Amino acid sequence: MKQGLLAGIVPVLLIAAAWAPQWLVFLLALALAKGLVVLGLLLLMRTGLVSFGQGLYFGIGAYAAALLAHRGGLADAALMIVAGPACAAAVAAILGLLLARYREIFFAMLSLAFSMILYGLLVKSSTLGSTDGFHVQVRQLAGLALAAGAERRVFFAVSVVVAFILTWVLHRYLASHWGRVSTAIRDNELRVEYLGASVYRVVYANYVIAAALAGLGGAFAALAVGHVDPETTYWTTSGEFVFIAILGGTGNVAAPFLSAAIFEALRTVAAQYAPNVWQMALGVAMLAIIMFLPGGLWTLVRKRAS
Amino acid sequence: MYGKDEIVLLLITYAVFLILEDVIKLVWGVESKMLPEPYALPGNFQIGTLVYPVYNLVLIAVAVVTGAALSWALYATRQGKLLLAVIHDREMSAAMGINVDRVYLITFTLGAMLAGLGGALTAPMIAVSPGIGVEVIVLSFAVVVIGGLGSLGGAALGALMVGIVRSVAVRYWPEGELFIVFFVMALVLIARPKGLFSAPEARKI
Repeated sequence: MKQGLLAGIVPVLLIAAAWAPQWLVFLLALALAKGLVVLGLLLLMRTGLVSFGQGLYFGIGAYAAALLAHRGGLADAALMIVAGPACAAAVAAILGLLLARYREIFFAMLSLAFSMILYGLLVKSSTLGSTDGFHVQVRQLAGLALAAGAERRVFFAVSVVVAFILTWVLHRYLASHWGRVSTAIRDNELRVEYLGASVYRVVYANYVIAAALAGLGGAFAALAVGHVDPETTYWTTSGEFVFIAILGGTGNVAAPFLSAAIFEALRTVAAQYAPNVWQMALGVAMLAIIMFLPGGLWTLVRKRAS
Repeated sequence: MYGKDEIVLLLITYAVFLILEDVIKLVWGVESKMLPEPYALPGNFQIGTLVYPVYNLVLIAVAVVTGAALSWALYATRQGKLLLAVIHDREMSAAMGINVDRVYLITFTLGAMLAGLGGALTAPMIAVSPGIGVEVIVLSFAVVVIGGLGSLGGAALGALMVGIVRSVAVRYWPEGELFIVFFVMALVLIARPKGLFSAPEARKI
């Protein structure tokens, strides 16, 4: 039943893509892009790892997509949303060889270090716009030219479909052999090794998958915002992803999208009406969830259902 | 909050950080403030052609004294040894009758006080504004991870490394100032996955 409910959201979002006001489309598109990044974090958390550096792949995805349009002259959204995750996965395939050996806070800090190194490089590279970043304007999707003003709606619709498919695939993956081994690694890594499974290989694979998802999220975010800047790789961005992941919990693959939407909506409202205390509200919410709802908001949904 | 994974503590720290950032803005406003008197008052002294403020020397002295006092408190007093026992094995310490929660509370309070001391002593050297915590929080995590969790000497060495590397970068390679610290942290962690001075841990099945 739950699967049906989730599939039912897709047409609703597609209708929203066509008729909702521009600001709502923007908000939803950004939430969806972040939801994809957090979906990758969810996979890592299921493996027992918290990455404070997903901003690295978010940023790589965004910059790879944006550079393709800006420098490469290939301003085609379809190419961009392939390039983003591809570049992120390529970098993760190298860094993952190293990072897959780390756990707990050392994993968190080393991943953070890599994202901060990229941040430092981007801020200092004047050819890439330094701290200001640069604009991306794309009006083409797989060879089709899009009318001005409509392109954001089309990109959002594409991201809805892509995100839905990937979420379903990840759901299947988590239920598969490797997905189960991931949870076992979180619970007791040593026993998994003794049982004969390769912890390293599973962690590595999950790390690369998470990075690809973050890269895709970055590409979609670049398309939605129409601008990229080094802030995407700063540690506060990574912290935001972790926050959204904690908010939603790791109970279900739909949780990241739910909590990303709530987060973005909260932020928009708070920035409008209480710009000085919105961080405080976030902090209080996070503390409350860590203390009272260790499983995240999704525990509420599950209680309802049962 | 105590007794959870380090990673949960990291998240809680982040949450508290978000809250306090806004509290600072609410209490003291968003504009930056200067307090240059304590810095200028002790005057300067000269080594050759190099003019150097006395305040920096005082700062170094305070740091060394604090570090010495801390290591004395940790390794030579009863309370410090209790803390080491709790760090080593929380469950066993509780079974032996140590009030684990109290030890955590004292430790955390002391840690916060030291952070406050660091902030208060740094304030005269820079313009104070909301958001200075953002950089410090990440840098101090970097320092601790470089040194190895739970090692005082490691933290001291990590802090020295981070400080010197940054200063050298500012002088010779200003473009690298922002990320050189993280570069060093990455290098240290690659060479020694648990930091420079980490105690070997027993594997628990």
